[in-house]
Amino acid sequence: MTTKLIFLESIDILGTIPNYHTLLFVFSIASLIWFFIKKQSQSVNNQATTDECDRKLEEWRPEPLISEIKKDHPSLTPKTITSRVGKRIIVNEYDCLNLGTHNYLNLTESAEIEQEAIRSIQKYGVGSCGPRGFYGTVDVHLRLEERLAQFMKMEEAVVYSYGFTTIASAIAAYCKRKDLVFVDEKVNFAIQKGLDASRSNIKFFKHNDIDHLEQLLKAQSGLHKTNSQGVETTRKFLIVEGIYMNTGTICPLPELVILCRKYKLRIFVDESISFGTLGATGRGITEHFNVPRHEIDMIMGSLEHAIGSVGGFCVGSSFIVEHQRLSGLGYCFSASLPPLLATAAIISLEIMDNKPQIFQILKENCHKFHRGIKEMDIFECPSFAESPVQHLYLKKQLDNEKEKELLEAISDKCIENNLAVIVPVYLNVEREQPRFSIRICISSSLNQNDINFALNILNKCANEVL
Amino acid sequence: MVGDWRRRPVGRERQVESQVPWSGTIGTRIEAMATTSRRTCVGTTLTEISETEQRIQANGITSRLGCRVNNNGYAKAHPANGHPRFIRESKDEKENRTYPIKLSKYNESFEKVPFITAALTHFGFYILMFLGFINQLLFTPNVAKERKRKGYAPLYENFEQFYLRYVYRRVRDCWNRPICSVPGATVVLKDRTTNDYGWTFEFTGTETKCINLGSYNYLGFAESTGPCAEESIRTLKKFGCSSCSSRLELGSMPIHNELEQLTARFLGVEDAIVFGMGFATNTLNLPSLVSAGSLVLSDEKNHASVILGLRLSGAIIRVFKHNNVKHLEDCLKKAILLGQQNTGEPWKKIIIVVEGIYSMEGSIVHLPEILKLKKKYKAYLYLDEAHSTGAIGKRGRGICDYYDVDPREVDILMGTFTKSFGSAGGYIAGTKVANILRNKHKNTAVHLFNSAFLQTLINYLRVHSHAHSYAMSMSPPIAQQIITSMKIIAGEDGTDAGKKRTKQLARNTRYFRRKLNQIGVITYGNENSPVVPMLVYLFSKIGSVVRTLTTRNIATVGVGFPATPLMEGRIRFCLSAAHTKEQLDYVLKNIEDISGTLGLKYSNKPRDPNPIEYYSDSETE
Repeated sequence: MTTKLIFLESIDILGTIPNYHTLLFVFSIASLIWFFIKKQSQSVNNQATTDECDRKLEEWRPEPLISEIKKDHPSLTPKTITSRVGKRIIVNEYDCLNLGTHNYLNLTESAEIEQEAIRSIQKYGVGSCGPRGFYGTVDVHLRLEERLAQFMKMEEAVVYSYGFTTIASAIAAYCKRKDLVFVDEKVNFAIQKGLDASRSNIKFFKHNDIDHLEQLLKAQSGLHKTNSQGVETTRKFLIVEGIYMNTGTICPLPELVILCRKYKLRIFVDESISFGTLGATGRGITEHFNVPRHEIDMIMGSLEHAIGSVGGFCVGSSFIVEHQRLSGLGYCFSASLPPLLATAAIISLEIMDNKPQIFQILKENCHKFHRGIKEMDIFECPSFAESPVQHLYLKKQLDNEKEKELLEAISDKCIENNLAVIVPVYLNVEREQPRFSIRICISSSLNQNDINFALNILNKCANEVL
Repeated sequence: MVGDWRRRPVGRERQVESQVPWSGTIGTRIEAMATTSRRTCVGTTLTEISETEQRIQANGITSRLGCRVNNNGYAKAHPANGHPRFIRESKDEKENRTYPIKLSKYNESFEKVPFITAALTHFGFYILMFLGFINQLLFTPNVAKERKRKGYAPLYENFEQFYLRYVYRRVRDCWNRPICSVPGATVVLKDRTTNDYGWTFEFTGTETKCINLGSYNYLGFAESTGPCAEESIRTLKKFGCSSCSSRLELGSMPIHNELEQLTARFLGVEDAIVFGMGFATNTLNLPSLVSAGSLVLSDEKNHASVILGLRLSGAIIRVFKHNNVKHLEDCLKKAILLGQQNTGEPWKKIIIVVEGIYSMEGSIVHLPEILKLKKKYKAYLYLDEAHSTGAIGKRGRGICDYYDVDPREVDILMGTFTKSFGSAGGYIAGTKVANILRNKHKNTAVHLFNSAFLQTLINYLRVHSHAHSYAMSMSPPIAQQIITSMKIIAGEDGTDAGKKRTKQLARNTRYFRRKLNQIGVITYGNENSPVVPMLVYLFSKIGSVVRTLTTRNIATVGVGFPATPLMEGRIRFCLSAAHTKEQLDYVLKNIEDISGTLGLKYSNKPRDPNPIEYYSDSETE
């Protein structure tokens, strides 16, 4: 009786429980079967794809790693320098007056710098053996940064170990995707690479054309989203050079700064050439135009030109510059500047501080040269009169290759006549191929005789070639 | 006899002592040597062979005997020494022996994190973030405010700023520490202190001398005295600091050509090109080698400079799992099968980009397998040897030397001079691409050799490299340092000083890694890699370990998020040939101490109960 009751009850219970478990069971069996079938078909598929892969691999002819180059390409046999680079230079065994390298203040020949650099090797060795983060910060780096900040009267400076990378890294540290960057169309290759790395939205304006820039700015204003305080969330930047490497022209900084304030742009200036050359005490383009330095968000410069060492730097407010210590790729992930080169840069800055008259001499030399070139009837020179870099273009415009050929013939002839001048090298990956010219770098060490000599030789050689 | 050898004291005393039983003429020594060698060969364990060899070295007649353990396991003797029998072995024996050696080259370890530690790491990180958030609500210092830019779009992303200011700042003192000496075996730190919890630092005016396990001074060439420094000073006096011009303008000096030829010779390839900065070597040359339409397969742990260079190139980049050859093959298959993303056309070319030694993982690339894949799938290989050149391989020639692979099989060899050579700059080296092409397309080869065109990688770079045309040429004293140190490593200076350095580094590496394993901490990477990451997981432990070790006069580097995955905070030791056994013992003793108090013994692997010998292992060669 009792057993029967229990049996009936359990049947009852079975009836009241919904048949979920059965469903679940069926479902899991079904999915298992499906899984196995799929796996099977996949393995068949795999076999098929392997065959196809092999077939495609057989057919595939990858391009060679590199393309062909001419055996007699001029880049394969660059000019050989067999002396120290100073006021004079030995190029291909010709003892020349040096107007080809960027040592505007001729600090490469300073005995004082040499002595200190030697002492630095004796104290720190040659390499720093580490990035700045990992025991690569030698006290001379800190001293150099401090000196640079002092020299430019700004809050903070950051030193990189290579000039090219400084500019490319610094730009990419701030300009990000979706940001809007206004750039002069003639900017140098380092800036172009920085812009490539940033992947920002880039607007090029005509060279030194304020009106065109303003047009672009007007077209852009009001297009972007604003946040709750009515402030646009798209960051906007303006990137210009103090003196343009590829033209020798100066940027109209005061007008640009006014536009920046009006349209809320942050301005970065590449002072690779103008630092240590322009202004009464060599502080660069801000001193030249008397623009307060806090108006400029960041100044990027090179230690490879006027300073006569290797490396680069950025100066600005701590708020801005500090960011690069973790976000500037070329700063974070590269070994720091060898201490001897940092020491050389410190001493150069000291010399610049103690002898402001060299800037006056340099300026006079630039003027003299510029006047001399203006008198020549073969060349035209749109470069700024006080710029230590002067570009000499042919008055009669020909096609680019022909011009290059002629100018190179002139420069070779000059070297044979003991004057080192060069045609700058541009790669064909430049955004816009710059027009070829003879580039002259003027130094404070030249005297009137040297200048006369150089102008005469230039004139003579140009006349001979053309 | 060999057993006897083991018990002898290590270091210099051993060498002196070893002279005693061998005090005969050189001839008898060699004879005796040959007998021992033969005897040990019969024993067939590699350990013994190599020990014999060490013994030979200790007697200072290595060069004449030239007895060495080759990587495939048989000892080679110079025929002139009159014991050719000694190298002949049956094939079976050879094969038997290849196995353990090959295995040891790949002996890598990436131990999994224990679950509880993983949970704690996450938890600890969230606590830090939460505290940082509260801190931010209460306090914004002056440096964090931009002045005179009202109404501008904020310059930085919020999270990034928050992380740097309120999380990273707590351990900021562990990085960017200033030094004021040579970064050699020891380094002098300039002490600094902070009064505002890491916002700013002040120098206290005191200095601390520490054992240096932070700098990449693998072969100990960071020296302020000795031949390298002297030669550099001489060059500095002659050529000055800088040429103020790029290589293609007026910056090519004979010293650069000498360096390029030496580098090519050192690496065993035809030609090389050098640049003034290692980082720029990658970023400014990759874009001229790869372009849109090419596919790049890049290891996930590749260095920032490689990633930046690839990004600049415009090529499509696919990332494969770290050092995972199988995943790489899958990627290659997929690439061949599917072709270009949108069009389905085949790729123009496929380039595999790997590093020799990965600086954060301590792992060594599986080069032989990758070379096989590269050949099978007609891809090209770019090998970044920033950390491996000089630091690894029997002769210090890098990864190819380590695996005994012909360096000409690698299409592009890249490396830097910062680390092993104690200088700055980088190189790209390679062989004539035309040779490789000839095998692939037989008919085109004729055309290549007869025409006025040249097809070599390095000449191509001389024409197209961004750095060669625009960036400053290498500073002469910097170049001189590389030349001198490279000649020493290669033995071209006529001494065995370089060989001693590579050997010392290998010994130090083995000893240090094994000892660490014995302590019970988790280390990553290959047994032979001089970069030793020790896992501490928790963010806050990075700070505490670095600080505690500094108080005990040991300088190390901590690496945490975002440079590593959040879970894998680590301390990195970089070994050097300049370290002595005593220094390493001191460091190890202290690590053992603190790993008890700070709880770093995470490893579950069985520990070797035997004492670790400094000199006794077979793989020091």
